[in-house]
Amino acid sequence: MKTFNYHSAKDVKEASKISSSSSAFLAGGMTTIPSIKLGLASYRDIIDIKGIKSLSGIKVSGKSVKIGSTTKHVEVANSKEVKKAIPSLAALAEGIGDPQVRNRGTIGGSVANNDPSADYPSACIALNAVIHTNSRKIEAEKFFKGMFETALKSGEIIEAIEFSIPEKSNYQKYPNPASRYAVVGVYVAKHKSEVNVAVTGAKSCVYNDKDLAKALSNNFSSSAVDAVRISSSGMNSDIHASAEYRANMVKVFAKKAVEAC
Amino acid sequence: MKKVSVEINGKKVTKEIQDHTILSVFIRENLNLTGTHVGCDTSQCGACVVHVDGKSIKSCTALAADVNGSKITTIEGITKNGNMHPMQEAFKKLHGLQCGFCTPGMVMSAIDLLQNNKKPSDTEIREWLEGNICRCTGYQNIIAAVKEAASKM
Repeated sequence: MKTFNYHSAKDVKEASKISSSSSAFLAGGMTTIPSIKLGLASYRDIIDIKGIKSLSGIKVSGKSVKIGSTTKHVEVANSKEVKKAIPSLAALAEGIGDPQVRNRGTIGGSVANNDPSADYPSACIALNAVIHTNSRKIEAEKFFKGMFETALKSGEIIEAIEFSIPEKSNYQKYPNPASRYAVVGVYVAKHKSEVNVAVTGAKSCVYNDKDLAKALSNNFSSSAVDAVRISSSGMNSDIHASAEYRANMVKVFAKKAVEAC
Repeated sequence: MKKVSVEINGKKVTKEIQDHTILSVFIRENLNLTGTHVGCDTSQCGACVVHVDGKSIKSCTALAADVNGSKITTIEGITKNGNMHPMQEAFKKLHGLQCGFCTPGMVMSAIDLLQNNKKPSDTEIREWLEGNICRCTGYQNIIAAVKEAASKM
């Protein structure tokens, strides 16, 4: 394993100050540590942000659920407030990885990593999330740029993610049997004036399926999903599932999610 | 180099280690506690599960520097006065193991389950243990052992 210098930052300012083009912020480490061990990534400095108290915690207001970036999956899954305000978000957290991953992995880490099969990015898109960083607020639609790519700049740290509370919502996925990442996951959220249908696992980056969203805005029922044709063009094809299979799963899970709303 | 102080199985230790030392390596090679096993080394198999501040984690995917100041419990730390922990007793009694490689992780993970859920159902036990892989038993006896331990703990 490649060596690095480990720093434990006491506040966001210090973390940002130490950062450089050859550093990485460390939260739960569920992706960063395996990536370093496998030789896929190497850094001169690892800056641990878990000790920064202001980055952890859950705040629920009338309209939104704001979750600090180093809040662990287990905390979101078990939060009575999240379960009450957005039950589908607590259920999503409960379905990530396994108990040991949920005891370590963080929401900010998942969102910053933007794995094409990760669960949380779909929640951000479906629930019109705002990503709060140490320098600005970014709408989820503008945050996820491509495979493992986000709008974050060097030295920029996610402080919290704020989700809008929808009228109703549900997340359905086919978990990879080994990793529990979504082979395909669909997050449906009905807001006052719109419906979002966020899809993860199907393409190189999470996206809002505009055709499904439009159909469901007009008629929020599983039969409305039936009438939409999902193209397999641009979808992932690998040992787990072909592009055509994924396209079909988008429809199947969109229907299941609508029915479970 | 980093100075790391932890309380491991009730004993306070301080060691000077390289910054990039993985927790499982720290436990096995710096502290000579080889009951914690490393199987896949990619956080899939769960053989390396230990408790950090009471919660089960995979020690192959944490930095030793990162748990500085924590209380760690490994499989060596669960016996009392030379007697097996009820979970270990149950695994022994109901043949919850064959080769035994995955067992330290299974036992540590199952103890964490019972800390969260005193009377888990079969489904809850299976779901909880999804991060622990056994290639010998087929899991039936492991589930039976966890249920047995739950009735004793």
